[in-house]
Amino acid sequence: MNAAQSTAASRSFWLGFALLAGLILLVFPVLLDSFRLNLVGRYLTYAFVAVGLVLCWGYGGILSLGQGVFFGLGGYCLAMFLKLESSTPEATAIQSTPGIPDFMDWNQITALPWFWEPFNYLPVALIAVLVVPAVFAYVIGVAMFKRRVSGVYFAIITQAIAAIMTILIIGQQGYTGGINGITDLRTLLGWDIRSESAKTILYFVNAVLLLGALVLARWILTSKLGRILVAMRGKEDRVRFSGYSVANFKIFIFCVAAAMSGVGGAMFTLQFGFMSPSFVGIVPSIEMVIFAAVGGRLSILGAVYGALIVNWAKSALSEAFPELWLFAMGALFIAVVMAFPNGLAGLYSVYVAPIFPRIRAWAQRTRGMAPSATSASAPPLAEPEVSNAR
Amino acid sequence: MFDGYTLGELGSILAMQGFAGLTLFSVFVLMALGLAIIFGQMGVINMAHGEFMILGAYVTYVVSTVFADFMPALFGSYFFLAMALAFVTAGALGALVEWAMIRHLYHRPLDTLLATWGLSLIMQQVFRSVFGAREVGVTLPDWLMGSFQLTDLIEVPINGLFVMALTFLIALGVYLILFRSRWGNQSRAVVQNRAMAGAVGIDTGRMDRMTFALGCGIAGVAGSAFTMIGSTGPTAGQLYIVDTFLVVVFGGAQSLLGTIASAFVISQSQSTMEFFLSGSMAKVLTLLTVVVILMLRPQGLFSLKLRR
Amino acid sequence: MRFPRPTIPIFGHATRSKPTGVLLGAALCLAPLLALAEAPPTEEVSTTGLAVTDDTVTVGILHSTTGTMAISETGSVQAEKLAIQQINDAGGVLGRKIEIIQEDGASDWPTFAEKSKKLLVEDKVAAVFGCWTSASRKAVLPVFEQYNGMLYYPTFYEGLEQSPNVIYTGQEATQQILAGIDWVVDEKDAKTFFLLGSDYIWPRTSNKIARKHIEKLGLKVVGEEYYPLGHTQFNSVINKIKLRKPDVIYAIVVGGSNVAFYKQLKAAGLDIDEGKTTLLTISVTEDEILGIGGENIEGAYAAMKYFQSLDNENNKAFVAAFKEMWGEDSVIGDVTQAAYLGPWLWKAAVEKAGSFDIDKVREASPGIELTTAPEGYVRIHENHHLWSKTRVGLARADGQYDVVYETEELMEPDPFPEGYQ
Repeated sequence: MNAAQSTAASRSFWLGFALLAGLILLVFPVLLDSFRLNLVGRYLTYAFVAVGLVLCWGYGGILSLGQGVFFGLGGYCLAMFLKLESSTPEATAIQSTPGIPDFMDWNQITALPWFWEPFNYLPVALIAVLVVPAVFAYVIGVAMFKRRVSGVYFAIITQAIAAIMTILIIGQQGYTGGINGITDLRTLLGWDIRSESAKTILYFVNAVLLLGALVLARWILTSKLGRILVAMRGKEDRVRFSGYSVANFKIFIFCVAAAMSGVGGAMFTLQFGFMSPSFVGIVPSIEMVIFAAVGGRLSILGAVYGALIVNWAKSALSEAFPELWLFAMGALFIAVVMAFPNGLAGLYSVYVAPIFPRIRAWAQRTRGMAPSATSASAPPLAEPEVSNAR
Repeated sequence: MFDGYTLGELGSILAMQGFAGLTLFSVFVLMALGLAIIFGQMGVINMAHGEFMILGAYVTYVVSTVFADFMPALFGSYFFLAMALAFVTAGALGALVEWAMIRHLYHRPLDTLLATWGLSLIMQQVFRSVFGAREVGVTLPDWLMGSFQLTDLIEVPINGLFVMALTFLIALGVYLILFRSRWGNQSRAVVQNRAMAGAVGIDTGRMDRMTFALGCGIAGVAGSAFTMIGSTGPTAGQLYIVDTFLVVVFGGAQSLLGTIASAFVISQSQSTMEFFLSGSMAKVLTLLTVVVILMLRPQGLFSLKLRR
Repeated sequence: MRFPRPTIPIFGHATRSKPTGVLLGAALCLAPLLALAEAPPTEEVSTTGLAVTDDTVTVGILHSTTGTMAISETGSVQAEKLAIQQINDAGGVLGRKIEIIQEDGASDWPTFAEKSKKLLVEDKVAAVFGCWTSASRKAVLPVFEQYNGMLYYPTFYEGLEQSPNVIYTGQEATQQILAGIDWVVDEKDAKTFFLLGSDYIWPRTSNKIARKHIEKLGLKVVGEEYYPLGHTQFNSVINKIKLRKPDVIYAIVVGGSNVAFYKQLKAAGLDIDEGKTTLLTISVTEDEILGIGGENIEGAYAAMKYFQSLDNENNKAFVAAFKEMWGEDSVIGDVTQAAYLGPWLWKAAVEKAGSFDIDKVREASPGIELTTAPEGYVRIHENHHLWSKTRVGLARADGQYDVVYETEELMEPDPFPEGYQ
């Protein structure tokens, strides 16, 4: 990539970023009623996962089928704090042990388990939202990448981990709330998170955090680290032979993706007042991959659009034709893979982006000037023709 | 936990538990053989493998109802026809899927994963639309029900024996086809070196299609056998997918023998742990052990050293 | 609290007062006629902006029609639609036809929460009939409480809940469990029990109540086991059962696991139909037997409030109507019948209140009786659960149950049972 192209790519990213920011900060809040806005808020929590997947799958070549685990871990960390806040001895007076979460009481647990204790404090919970998923990802990453497990094997093992986590969370219901999850969360430090105003505020907090995550992802990708990632995806061995520790880069990007997913989970908990093991399983984890694939696995902005569009389609289709929803979803998976592997961003850079230079050239011609040399190539949002073949 | 039982009782339970482990082993082998061919030999991740099994189960269901309605006299033997039809149906669908989808994706294994996941969603909805959301019950012929009473405590379920025999036959058949037939030689040649295989005149495209179809067909037979011990519903296929992939990967994906060995190890440890621990924890511990071992030894139990 | 070994159900003070029953029954019959004659104006019957017009009222149905739970929830949707159609044919509610908005929870709890909010906030439905699993109910509960909706929840469940915004038309755990265990102790002289379940809250809570009750009776639990949802290999636990030789296998296995469990139990030669071991379940309705196969579960006993084979006029009419609407080979299980009660209970409450307003319906609900219920007679308790009888059925090879016992009195619902927690 020469300097001119890179400036053009950078300009087109920030333009797209501004458009997205305008969309989720202005257009949606103005156009949508509070119910639909709340839904968009939910989709945006999944966008965190999708952005993380673009980093580790699109750029790092690591396909994780267990991102739901990190989403869930982040969500549970915050849910534990909120549950403890709402389980005051007064509010739980009818229990045999007042002051502990209701589901513990139902399971004959008489004292708060030790690992719940730290979650009495909000700062601890907030840090845990980032750190717990990242540490878990680190442990998986060290074990796997140091031994050069990659591609398909990594996908299958992360899938197994998602299955294990689901069984564990559901089975240990005295400590985790079981299949019901942690429900009925009402307040954050006394602030009623269920009121309309709180939902609106949380929507904006969520949107701003997501934009922050995008900036972070962009910064990572434009740094030297990002280049190494791209190089690794192309020819891992060459990077290794050049003296870089491939495993460490992979572990790092996997941890970043996990932490982002954790934030998404925490924002889900805040906006919807519960956290459920149904996010942790295999099915949601794979669905989250499809958000990234639809948006374009190489475009962090595309990932947000992917999450928005797929989920919007899911809500709309399942309201109108519940029977058809699985057909549509299945067809979408197949179409994305077979017909447009670079997703919406790929379509954009092939069909839409070339229009702009032509318009510019036309404008210049009408002003009697020769077309400039830069108009020949469009600034690519994503490099086409990239495969993840290992 | 063994207080108050006589030695005889303990012996019987040990025998019964061993038999339970063997049944589980047969189930795992049946699930994994088809996948071992598709994933291990061809490198295609078929997430719809469970749905191919359920397709076989539904075929069995249809055949059993047809026999019950039109040929009640021959009901005892419907199972053999059902298995043959399950093999053909699943195999044919497999060939179609390979032609329409998989062959475009051979160089992108992670993408086959997503595309076949999409396929599995579609198949689930088709099952639901055709057979209803409820599970269907497949009536077994009388001779497959019940058990042999060996001693007071030891009873050997007949359908368990049947599944074991079937597993053995299918494994033997796969071995003969892949390693003793001309077709198998060609198929393995394509897997090991596509360019060279093409150069010596093997139709590699056709070989791929047939191999994929064979794997799917075996999944269909497995599904047919599972109607004896499990449930047949639109989403039942998803229950098997994680276990199946783990068995294949744990065995070292390229080795059929490895798949069988890993099915043995996993099934025995799971059924032993189930006896001493509660069911959920046994499952978690088994999966966890397999994952940890795979982290330490990513190539699986058996691995072929191949020049790729 | 001491528990003597009862021969009749413990909560035995629920006699039905005949005169009110008859009067109310008559009122119920007359209501549609009166309503037809003159539908009260909309501004009188709906003051909170619900979806009520001069000739229609909109309600929601919220079940999973896709995903793993679609298996179980299909019957509930059918029953609710049948009830609503019958109500419409009889003139509707307060002179208004009921219109349905159906949403798919897709077996996914966050989706349930989303859809329930849509029904309440966007569609302003007057009532919602729906949910099946506890997890889906827990997910929608805060939504119903926040936006003040009314949910009619049909499933037998673990109790430990009592919301002003939910009417529980299925039995809570103690209603279902205590009578069943008392029966098996009396009838089969059972001394030892093996508790088995799928690993989630309902089986675990139910087994906890069962264990307490068994121990209070001075009897023994010789094993308790849980398997993950969807588990299909039960040979090990069957071996354990053989080793411990319990008098009763108390099974709360659900979903696809059920099929595997009963098939393997049958194959292992554990003869539940020859009197050595009694199998008592609270989770297998006629719906589940379709998948299990009658021949695999023949001889097992189930304790619940409704069986399709119940011999009374209400039930005969209900079964006939259900088959006419949904096909001759439909089967009807306990939950399906409970789902059928939902719209009728709502109609009765609306007519008693003379209004669709949620608060007024809630106020009117306790004490509502239904003499036309297929299960016989039910009445809404102060705690929003139903007084109902518990029955024990013996599974036949054709997939139906023979009712072998029913409690003499209505069982009092007790979602927070003292001494069982």
